[in-house]
Amino acid sequence: MEREKADLILNMGPQHPSTHGVLRLVLELKGEKIVNSDAIIGYVHRGVEKLAEHRKYMQILPVFDRVDYVSANTNELGFVLAVEKLLGIENEIPERAQFLRVIMAELTRISSHLIWLGTHALELGAMSVFLYAFREREKIMDLFEEIAGGRLHTGYMRIGGVAKDTTEKFEDELKGFLKLFPEKIEDYETLLTRNRIWLSRTKGVGIIDKETAINWGITGPILRAAGSDYDVRKYYPYCAYDMIEFDVPVYENGDVYDRYRVRMEEMRQSVKIIEQCLKKMPKGPVQIEDTTVILPPKEEVYNTMVGLIQHFELVIHGITPPPGEVYAAVEGPRGELGYYIVSDGTNKPYRLRIRPPSLINIAILPELLKDHYVADVISIIGSLDPLMGEVDR
Amino acid sequence: MGLREGVFLAKLQDLINWGRKGSLWPLAFATACCGIEMMAAAASRYDFDRFGVIFRNTPRQCDLLIMCGTISRKMAPIIKRLWNQMPDPKWAIAIGSCAISGNIFQTYSTLRGLDCIVPVDVYVPGCAPKPEAFYEALIMLREKIKRDKPIVVGEER
Repeated sequence: MEREKADLILNMGPQHPSTHGVLRLVLELKGEKIVNSDAIIGYVHRGVEKLAEHRKYMQILPVFDRVDYVSANTNELGFVLAVEKLLGIENEIPERAQFLRVIMAELTRISSHLIWLGTHALELGAMSVFLYAFREREKIMDLFEEIAGGRLHTGYMRIGGVAKDTTEKFEDELKGFLKLFPEKIEDYETLLTRNRIWLSRTKGVGIIDKETAINWGITGPILRAAGSDYDVRKYYPYCAYDMIEFDVPVYENGDVYDRYRVRMEEMRQSVKIIEQCLKKMPKGPVQIEDTTVILPPKEEVYNTMVGLIQHFELVIHGITPPPGEVYAAVEGPRGELGYYIVSDGTNKPYRLRIRPPSLINIAILPELLKDHYVADVISIIGSLDPLMGEVDR
Repeated sequence: MGLREGVFLAKLQDLINWGRKGSLWPLAFATACCGIEMMAAAASRYDFDRFGVIFRNTPRQCDLLIMCGTISRKMAPIIKRLWNQMPDPKWAIAIGSCAISGNIFQTYSTLRGLDCIVPVDVYVPGCAPKPEAFYEALIMLREKIKRDKPIVVGEER
C-alpha cells in the first residue's frame, strides 16, 4: 500500500510526559491530521523471558513483579497458576489462599486503574484527579505493606499458596477502605463524567469497533468497551472467582470515553468482589503442606532436622515439574495476561513466554491514530493504558 | 549575614547556593517501576512541591535528573542526550537498584547503572525505594549543593 505524502514528520517520545513510559511515535502530519504513524518500542527491553530460562521456578517470581510494575500481584498470580498447573497441584491449594489471591489481585486492579485514571486525567488537563487518585492509592499501598511487606513489588504469591496469612489490622483497614472507596469513585465521576472538556476530549475519539478489536486480539477493558463481554474471570474462572458474583461491565461505542466508563465500573466491581471474599473466606492454612513445592515454616527449619533438610533441598535443587507444556491466563487490569511454560523436567523452564496484554493492545495504535488530530494522540494512548515495562519485557 | 535597614549581607556564594538548592526542578521522565514511586512522591501524601521541586517536561528547563528505572542499551544514548540538553548547573540522582547497577536484569540489553553515562551525585538503593527515600536523596543533594563553590576566579573549575 502506498503511503500518503506528509507535510511534516513529528517525533514524539521516548521522553514524553504523556506516553506512559518510553513509547516513541513517529507521526506523519498533514496540517494537524495524522496520515501515518509508526510506534517504536523496545526502550525498556530487559530480556525477562531469557532471564527466566536461567532461574529456578521460585527465583523467577521477583522478576515478574517488575514486568508489569503497576500490577505486580496479577503478574505473580499468572505465573504461579501456570507452575501449579504444570505440577498438577492446582486443586490442592487451600481455599483461604485462593480467596487471599483474589483479594490481592482485585486490590491491584483498583490500584492500577487509579494510576491510569490519575495519569490519563492529568494528561488531558485535570490535575486534581491525579492528586485524588493517588490519595486513595496510598491507602492500598499501606494495605500491601501490612500484609506483604512491600509497596510496589509485593512478592506475596507463592507456588502452592500465599506468603502470609492476614493480620487483624489488615482486615480492619481493608474493611475501612472498602467502606470509603465507593464514595471516592463518585467523587472522581463528578469531576469527569459530565465535564464538558472531558467529554469533548474523549467522546467519539479513537473508536475501536467489536470486530476490529477481536481481529487484533485486544482484550481487557478496551475489548469490553467495544461491546464484547470476554473476561477471563468469567470464561475460564481461576482461584475463587467461580464462587463470587460480579458483573462484567460492557459498553457499546468503543471510544475513549467508554473505556473510561468500563474502568470506573470495574473498580466498583472489584470492591464488590473483595467484600464477598472477606465474607466467604474460610479459616485454615494458606499454603499446601508438600515441602517439595513450598518452603517449610521457619519454626520447623530452625528447630527440627527434617525441616532444615527440606528447606535446604528446596533451596538448592528447586521445584522440578514433569516435562510438558502449559498455558495459564489471568485477567490483569490491562487484559488477558498469559504465561506459557515449556518444561523439560529440570528445575528451570526450557522456555517461558508471556502474553503481554499491553503489547497486543497497542499494536493497533498506528491504525487507530490515522485521521486523528495530534492532540487526540495523548487521549488515545492514555485510554489504551499501555505499560512499557510489559510491552518490551 | 545580617539584616539592617533592608540591607542583606551575605557571601554571594551562599546566596547562589541557597537559591539553587531551594528550586530543584527535575525532569518528568522515568523508564520503569521507580517512576511510579516518583509519581507517588510527587502526589498528595508525600508532596514534593513543598521542597520547591516542580516537575518539568522539557530538559531545557531542568537542573535535576531523577533517573528512575532500568536503563536499556537502546535508551542509554537518549538519556545521555537529555542530560546534555539540560543547562548547567545540573545534578543527577540514581533511584533504585536498576539505575545503580542494573539490579537482577543482568542481561544482554541492560546497562549496568546510570554512572556509565552520566555523573551521579546521589544513589538511592531499593527496589523500588519508598517515597521517603526520595526525600532523603533530595535532602542529601541539598547539603551537597550548600557546599558547592559556584564562583571560581582565575582558574578552571
